[in-house]
Amino acid sequence: MIKKWFGLAIIALALLALPLVLTSMGTAWVRITNLAILFVFLSLGLNIVVGMAGLLDLGYIAFYAVGAYVYALLASPHFGLHLPFWVILPIGALLAGLAGAVLGAPTLRLRGDYLAIVTLGFGEIVRILMNNLSAPFNITNGPKGITRIDGLRLASADFSTTDTLFGIAITGPAKYYYMLLVLLLCVIVVNLRLQKSRIGRAWVAIREDELAAKSAGINTRNVKLLAFAMGASFGGVAGGMFAAMQGFVSPESFILQESVMVLAMVVLGGMGNVWGVIAGALLLSFVPEFLRYTVEPAQKALFGRLLVEPEVLRMLIFGVALVLTMRFRPAGLWPEARHRREFGEKQA
Amino acid sequence: MTVILEARGIGKRFGGVQALKDVSLTIRAQEIYGLIGPNGAGKTTFFNVLTGLYTRDSGEVLLDGAPLELGTPHLVAQAGIARTFQNIRLFGNMTALENVMVGRHVRTKTGVLGAILRTRAQRAEEAAIRRRAEELLHYVGIAHRANDLARHLAYGDQRRLEIARALATDPKLLALDEPAAGMNATETAALRQLIVGLRADGLTVLLIEHDVKLVMGLCDRVAVLDYGEKIAEDVPEVVQKDAQVIEAYLGGSVG
Repeated sequence: MIKKWFGLAIIALALLALPLVLTSMGTAWVRITNLAILFVFLSLGLNIVVGMAGLLDLGYIAFYAVGAYVYALLASPHFGLHLPFWVILPIGALLAGLAGAVLGAPTLRLRGDYLAIVTLGFGEIVRILMNNLSAPFNITNGPKGITRIDGLRLASADFSTTDTLFGIAITGPAKYYYMLLVLLLCVIVVNLRLQKSRIGRAWVAIREDELAAKSAGINTRNVKLLAFAMGASFGGVAGGMFAAMQGFVSPESFILQESVMVLAMVVLGGMGNVWGVIAGALLLSFVPEFLRYTVEPAQKALFGRLLVEPEVLRMLIFGVALVLTMRFRPAGLWPEARHRREFGEKQA
Repeated sequence: MTVILEARGIGKRFGGVQALKDVSLTIRAQEIYGLIGPNGAGKTTFFNVLTGLYTRDSGEVLLDGAPLELGTPHLVAQAGIARTFQNIRLFGNMTALENVMVGRHVRTKTGVLGAILRTRAQRAEEAAIRRRAEELLHYVGIAHRANDLARHLAYGDQRRLEIARALATDPKLLALDEPAAGMNATETAALRQLIVGLRADGLTVLLIEHDVKLVMGLCDRVAVLDYGEKIAEDVPEVVQKDAQVIEAYLGGSVG
């Protein structure tokens, strides 16, 4: 018990000190970390839909878009609204959840490939809407996007400036990091608790055998809609934070590739297992960035000149890594216990 | 004895095939009621209509005097009919205990908020669900496999687990679709004991079965379906001697 608390304390301290270390490597790394945490939010949200309830969703990024645009519209000069973030984030989560239910309702009878196609279409519809809702009434400002979005502001702390606390300089991105860390803790707790509840069991039951779940008394329609809505609301929160951090949103941030990326994080990490999904999200967020910073210097050092563009090589290595993972650890790097057994892997 | 289930004039057509034609039957409380008939007679169709998986074209079903909401399986389960499947349908990648816990879903009510806040009521309910599930596993005799994945259980144990999951919904009527299919003599004998025990504990059982010996020995009353029509309904001794029934089984003697 004491050992456990000691371990947790070390992890907490490490997480708290992380931005200070990263800042010394350059503020960019703090920003990269923040984005990685956003992807953890997204992956955990999608994990509810795909990992637990077994509903393949290829348009998940649409809910991220909803959250981001809700924040952008309610806290920017675009409409002249400047609501505080603790009002907007719940609204964003709610509206994204609603969008999730709206997507879920017509797809209740679909499974597998068919569901994937419809959700893919839904993701595109949302993006195209954002792109075109500039006339006759200018709501989203079209492809130009919305600029000068307010940053977070909590009491006297402005998240866009650097403050000094106990002689330690805390930069803007570092403040966002701490904010995200708090939110992340909430998101993880919500996920774990849902998983070990009556609702979580109903989700898994539907994934395993929908007909048997119905016959065992589960209202599959409501429970599936709930999965879509809960998953989407996580995306909504992530989107709101994204808009606040970037200060700018435009439709091109919410393309299909982003949906696929989030799905890859869930699958790579291990569908259904919260910790696996977190690992997958962090890995797929950091490794490409890490490669971006190492590939070019490494080539110059080895060959004296740049042979392959870092961007190309980055995607190549990335692809090979994914293929290898699927070949050797098909259930993901850190799968849910039951999936691990399903795929017949032997490790404990 | 009081009537627990009354089906009146159930009809179901699949395209040109009249799968069920005006089927009426009454099941009394605490009775083991057998539904038999040659292959394709409409037994499973009747089951699927009764448990809400199929919509029916005509007729109605009263459970304890109240009309059943046919066509919505979860409402049928809520009303008090639980079923098992001919080809076992468990949640393969959940443990045996979790399978039974899912069966408690319809009798419990904690929502998302309760689960997230882990309220006192939620924790109490969760503990009660687990306790009841453990009891039921013990009741059907597979308590020692509680933490194994359902799909790793032996065939006979899977059948038992399916019954435990059905029992978890607190049914008034337990509908078993060919529970002895694929079982050897020992397993069948054990199953028979389990069903007799269920009746002794106050449950009513509706049984579809191919194993005519099992049906005749176990059931209080038997109905025979042939080409979607009920051709006989009586105690086994009478049904066995019914000329129409004997003919339906191609002239072979029944039993």
